[in-house]
Amino acid sequence: MSILGNRVLRREDPKFLTVGGTYVADLELPGSVHVTFVRSNMAHAKIVSVDSSRAKAMPGVIDVFSNDDLGLANFPTIMEMTNAAMTPPMLASGTVRFVGEPIVVIVAETREAAADAAELVVIDYEPLPVVIDPVEARKDEILLFPEAGTNVAFTLDFGGDDTLFDACEVVVELTLANQRVAPCPLEGRSAAAHMTADGRLEFSSATQAPHGVRDALVSFLGLEPEQVHVVTPDVGGGFGAKASVYQEDIVVGWCALRLGRPVRWTETRSESMVGLGHGRAQVQHARIGGTRDGIVQAYRLDVLQDSGAYPGFGAVLPFMTRTMTSGPYKIARAECASVSVVTNSTTTTAYRGAGRPEATAAIERMMDVFAREIEMDPAELRRRNLISKDEFPYTTPVETVYDVGDYHRALDLALEVADYEQLRTEQSRRRLSGDVRQLGIGLSCYVEITNGLPDGEFGAVEIRPDGKVIVRTGTSPHGQGHVTAWSMLVAEQLGIAIEDIEVIYGDTDVVPRGAGTMGSRSLQIGGAAVNQAALDVIEKAKDLAADLFEADRGDVVLDKASASFHVVGSPAVSHSWAELAAAALAKDGGPLFAEVDLASPGPTFPFGTHVSVVEVDTETGKVTVLRHIAVDDAGRIVNPLLAEGQVHGGIAQGVAQALLEEVVYDLDGNPLTSTLADYSFISAAELPSYETRFTETPTPVNALGAKGIGESGTIGSTPAVHNAVCDALAHLGVRHVDMPTTPMRVWSAIEEAAARTNAKGQG
Amino acid sequence: MRIEMMVNANAESHDVEARTLLVHYLRDAVGLTGTNVGCDTTSCGACTVLMNGESVKSCTVLAAQAAGEAITTIEGLGDEFGQMDRVQQAFQDCHGLQCGYCTPGMVMAVTSLLRENPEPTEADVRLGLEGNLCRCTGYHNIVEAALAASRVHEVHQ
Ligand code: FES
Ligand code: FES
Repeated sequence: MSILGNRVLRREDPKFLTVGGTYVADLELPGSVHVTFVRSNMAHAKIVSVDSSRAKAMPGVIDVFSNDDLGLANFPTIMEMTNAAMTPPMLASGTVRFVGEPIVVIVAETREAAADAAELVVIDYEPLPVVIDPVEARKDEILLFPEAGTNVAFTLDFGGDDTLFDACEVVVELTLANQRVAPCPLEGRSAAAHMTADGRLEFSSATQAPHGVRDALVSFLGLEPEQVHVVTPDVGGGFGAKASVYQEDIVVGWCALRLGRPVRWTETRSESMVGLGHGRAQVQHARIGGTRDGIVQAYRLDVLQDSGAYPGFGAVLPFMTRTMTSGPYKIARAECASVSVVTNSTTTTAYRGAGRPEATAAIERMMDVFAREIEMDPAELRRRNLISKDEFPYTTPVETVYDVGDYHRALDLALEVADYEQLRTEQSRRRLSGDVRQLGIGLSCYVEITNGLPDGEFGAVEIRPDGKVIVRTGTSPHGQGHVTAWSMLVAEQLGIAIEDIEVIYGDTDVVPRGAGTMGSRSLQIGGAAVNQAALDVIEKAKDLAADLFEADRGDVVLDKASASFHVVGSPAVSHSWAELAAAALAKDGGPLFAEVDLASPGPTFPFGTHVSVVEVDTETGKVTVLRHIAVDDAGRIVNPLLAEGQVHGGIAQGVAQALLEEVVYDLDGNPLTSTLADYSFISAAELPSYETRFTETPTPVNALGAKGIGESGTIGSTPAVHNAVCDALAHLGVRHVDMPTTPMRVWSAIEEAAARTNAKGQG
Repeated sequence: MRIEMMVNANAESHDVEARTLLVHYLRDAVGLTGTNVGCDTTSCGACTVLMNGESVKSCTVLAAQAAGEAITTIEGLGDEFGQMDRVQQAFQDCHGLQCGYCTPGMVMAVTSLLRENPEPTEADVRLGLEGNLCRCTGYHNIVEAALAASRVHEVHQ
């Protein structure tokens, strides 16, 4: 019986539950000293002078450095297309461009001494005008990089067709805020570095991509690849924000090299809220058009992306947004263009979904607005426009090729689980009775792209002479459960129990190559590489067995039930994996081993439908999520327990964006949400339990038939909840409320709509 | 100053600065790093431990305030044979953890919650865990775990 598809409990768990994980801050590093950064408290200013003399003189302080001391190059632009005049220095020099930008680094014997010394650094600023709103930044009146002559960091524009909407009977448009949010992994950024006895830099990092960290250290610090060893101990969440390397990481490495002492750095939450990249941050203008009987014919999305102070991954998120412009619908004509601008705020980056939730939020909100305009049920409008299952592979107007799907099935199942008809009946009842607590029902049909980057992945399987298995993977899990899932894949192929399979990751000495864990890529490319390595090792074992049996190789079979090889028809005489590993050792002195560098077979497109049911208190504006139904299709599911866990976490982050969370700055660029006391991080009390289902439409793209599941929950849930809130208010004359739909916003929208109705009544 | 307390039934005595927080006493002086720090505003609960059986956020208690008291951390749960207790076991059975960073605090918070309210409803659990943040699980399985643990009756001597 296959182990795949079973709810295998996580092998990772016992350690976390009995002694806790080992995160970077938990590592023992004898003699280590502490690194602290002095950060800008101005959003935009010239640095007139920095006086570190008193800090340097403080007892316990080892040294204090500024950018000039480092002598390191600026961070390069993320892509050749982003504005080359906008690269960030390692530490601010000359100008600071956001509150939280590191200016000075202090190394001290203790964390306390470093913090005390930070207070003594005197920085003299000459304030510059501040621009926070990307719409303002786009006007190029206040420039972050005067030498660039513009705030525009990146544009995507394939031209537009003036006649796009000409054939449409009905056209509606809307400006939508996809607000800036903070990824908030519960563990912030953290790094520890020391020089080993043989002169190598050993660097521990709370990252999603250890090999990327190694490569960055190599290139910035001018080292050879062999001189740098990066390890990731346990990592307390990432959500995309830990996929890229930060300036602080490089500076920590530099300090270890410079001082020859072990150094460690763990940011505080308050630092993390301004230092770790933020997500989303788009202003969107969308236009949708079609026939009165509900055929959507044209759609255009214009994106203004807030890159934050320096163009990082956030600046190029519109690539992904554009890729998914028209969602799961068959829309004959669709366009997307974008402009990314810099503002005096924290740099934006990938956050769970990274560009795709923004696309889904726009099209799904517009589907609802269009449905309302033509007075059609939003579920019916979606049904009429979804791509049919016999139309795959399907090429969209922006040239994205969707692999495979059954979008109608997901919609139907979600409506069935939700009991949609009954919900609408209850909604009508409450509307008619003028209930204070109105019901909102929100839908979101989504399709998204996973494994969207071109990287391949490394996987290796080794059979040890004791019959145990060592698996090496280039992915870098931080909660996803790869140890459990990868051992299931290998157990399935080899017939060896998962308890006898060890999975190694996150160590650049032991795993030679790897792209890491991001973009919902891990199973379909990293898992697939491990799976292929297992298949390869079986072939090698068969060669060895054929020799031992003195049989024809083609007659050797692996009996998975007994985890041994025999010749067809003679199961009585067999050789175990251990014996074959010993045979390999005897034959060529090496282990029974296979490694694979699997090239990416291309992206896959998970899809599904989420239904959100909310209750809105029309007197207070408070929204309560009553139910959340998620039907997701990520192709073949290896372990439903893990897949559900991914969906659950994603839903919570989606609900959080729809209802609560937003990074806010005042007009001077001071962050108003820089602690967890101020930022509305969603808690258990604000969420219901979820109703999740999977449909499984295997993808032909990879051998496992699997698509990514890491981000679907967020992508699907956010617009469903947002639509539900707007739906609850629709009969009151409210057309749209921007996210997050806080009580204040909801209440104001109701009041404004009432005032409009009254005015009309009187006029 | 020298601060003494019982930690997981061991007598601890360490010289620390007067301003040392309980969480740093546990992590740095005692060397028990299971308890994590997730914020600097008493908001996240990652640092939750038991003080005389009741949950406290160890980042808001000075080590000096805990002097003479009995502290239990994640390392102190389970029996001497390495068997997990009902709350730990329920977290595994229900997949109540992903990255594990919130987990020690969550487990301690659930332990304390079940002591106060042995048969909680789902709403009780959600409200009771309001001060413990998790970014990975969406809380669904944590709530399941708490409810599952409540249905297991511990054998009390
Ligand atoms: S670290 Fe104690 S509440 Fe966050
Ligand atoms: S499991 Fe990662 S924060 Fe809770």
